[in-house]
Amino acid sequence: MENQVLADINTIFIDRFKNEKSVLCEGSSELINSHREKAFEIFQKTGIPTKADERYRYITLDPVFRVDYKSYLRKRDILFNIDDVFHCDVPNLETHTILLVNGWYHDKENQLTSLPGGAVIGSFMAAAQKYPRLFEKYYGKYADPNTDGLTALNTAFAQDGIFLYVPKGVILDKSIQIINILLSDEDVMAQPRNLFILEENSQAQIVVCDHTLSSQRFLTNSVTEIAAGKNSLFDFYKIQNEHNGSVQLSSVFINQKKASNVVSGVITLHGGIIRNNIHVKLEEEYCENSTMGLYLSDKGQHVDNYTFIDHASPNCTSNELFKGVLDDYATGAFTGKILVRKDAQNTRAFQANNNILLTDDAKINTKPQLEIWADDVKCSHGATVGQLDDNALFYLRSRGINEKEARMLLMFGFTYEIMNKIKIEPLKIRISNLIEKRLRGELSRCNSCVMNCREC
Amino acid sequence: MLKIKNLKAKIDGKEILKGINLEVKPGEVHAIMGPNGSGKSTLAAVLAGREIFEVTEGEVEYLGKNLLEMTPEERAKEGIFLGFQYPIEIPGVSMVNFMKTAVNEKRKYHNQEPLSAAEFLKLMREKKAVVEIDSNLTNRSVNEGFSGGEKKKNEIFQMAMLEPKLAILDETDSGLDIDALRIVANGVNKLKTPENATIVITHYQRLLDYIVPDVVHVLYQGRIVKTSGKELALELEEKGYDWIKKEVEQES
Repeated sequence: MENQVLADINTIFIDRFKNEKSVLCEGSSELINSHREKAFEIFQKTGIPTKADERYRYITLDPVFRVDYKSYLRKRDILFNIDDVFHCDVPNLETHTILLVNGWYHDKENQLTSLPGGAVIGSFMAAAQKYPRLFEKYYGKYADPNTDGLTALNTAFAQDGIFLYVPKGVILDKSIQIINILLSDEDVMAQPRNLFILEENSQAQIVVCDHTLSSQRFLTNSVTEIAAGKNSLFDFYKIQNEHNGSVQLSSVFINQKKASNVVSGVITLHGGIIRNNIHVKLEEEYCENSTMGLYLSDKGQHVDNYTFIDHASPNCTSNELFKGVLDDYATGAFTGKILVRKDAQNTRAFQANNNILLTDDAKINTKPQLEIWADDVKCSHGATVGQLDDNALFYLRSRGINEKEARMLLMFGFTYEIMNKIKIEPLKIRISNLIEKRLRGELSRCNSCVMNCREC
Repeated sequence: MLKIKNLKAKIDGKEILKGINLEVKPGEVHAIMGPNGSGKSTLAAVLAGREIFEVTEGEVEYLGKNLLEMTPEERAKEGIFLGFQYPIEIPGVSMVNFMKTAVNEKRKYHNQEPLSAAEFLKLMREKKAVVEIDSNLTNRSVNEGFSGGEKKKNEIFQMAMLEPKLAILDETDSGLDIDALRIVANGVNKLKTPENATIVITHYQRLLDYIVPDVVHVLYQGRIVKTSGKELALELEEKGYDWIKKEVEQES
């Protein structure tokens, strides 16, 4: 049944690609279009992942694609004043703010913006035209379309998204905030493609906020490639706050060169179905990677995190921490694969996944997968699934704190470990406020949105 | 202040308290002693409202109200404080946030305005001095990584912050070295007023050198089997509990 539905959907995508190829290729660079062809061939063979793929065992993708989404293969002018509908008030956080609407770079006049030191931020499509050599070197190098059908599909249909380039030795003082907006009067599927390049000794911080601003159904299938050069420092935070009629399939591929340090965090506040694929390759020695996630879900939401940390070189450290609080009949999954290759001696790889289930109906599947081929390795993994600690609850109540508030404090305390790892202080404060609101049920409308479009 | 009549309680079908009778008046210090497993901690937990214990019989009147009908948080806001034998570690919840919530919940209950940040910090400073608690401790998560002594001092600090009418200190002396014991006891003594009362639960007479009780009770097999003045504690220290056990056996 599932397979039949997916087979039909695959046919739809295949037909669409064939029929609309000329539109798809319009405006994209030759390189993007040549990758498109190759990826399409792969997609024809693999299709959308099914449960037969062990990595997708806990997520059912067929109903996700069953909706008749519209895909905008040309940029569509959506006239709105961002200040009227949306206010992302991260206090004291000086940022370059970038807007993506339905997967398209919004600012028509300034497709590419120069930042201090020769850094560039802007439209993926425009950048591919303007910087063919950078794309030659980096595009499609980490997000292999053979990884899975979603990556292949995105590569086949990729048109626009965000491009960041930080040249050698450049340190961006201001964080970059990318606001991903989904807004339309019809159901929409978007496939943004992002490429972030950090050359040797450079530093940058990116905060991505995903929002739905109208009540339509949205499906995002995004791919982000991050190239962290030698000695670079990169912080990448993603805050997912979409309504319950939305689906987000996000694949992030991080490649780290010698002694680079990458922190990535996904904070899932809201969303119907969310799948995060995080692929990290520690390609050269002395890298550090910290991958974390926090998911707070309720009602019928499903949050699925898949991580793959590839220790391909010696002397690297990876730290993974995923935590979740699931309420009502929400479901979730965590699959954490760690591969330590034969030559990756003196590897340190740590992984933990801790969950609190607030009801008997909430469910989580958690699965570590360790594949270790080197001998000199320090590796640990641990998963816990539990309820709020009764002893702690009583302790708080015995000091006069009412039960509801006591539960709040405990849940908030549970999330603190993740928040504490966020290095951008104003963002930490902002996220902790958002989390508190979310736990108190005050984030029932998509945060900061005045449209009140759909019950979240 | 507190009147306990024929209180019986059980856990997992096992009766632990088998008819406790106890009356505590304002200004009094009561010591409850007894061998292991006699029901001392159960009594403390039942008075604080721990729901895992089922009260099967009896009454507890506190300041004219039926204590057993109140939730743990109501009891706390009405002025009952339980000093835990094993204080709980709560990672991620800061002491400051914890105490601020507790103090302001109590104030709200008594129709008082919440304390401002400045007022709260001032209160914290004053109370920290009472128990000689290290400033750093209050910047950390509740009891997380605290040593045994720090945890117990932290209990008395919380007691100082909440200014209870009836404090029940469950084995507050266990695991304390002599310096920590003195600090904890001093804290309790400094907080003593003619209006409030303290129930000190302890194994050993040692703590009672510092916190001098008006009345000493011996709890054994779920009942108070002996009540006397402070000299009883010394007698127990000297002779142990065997003679009391024998007396009980002879009576039954």
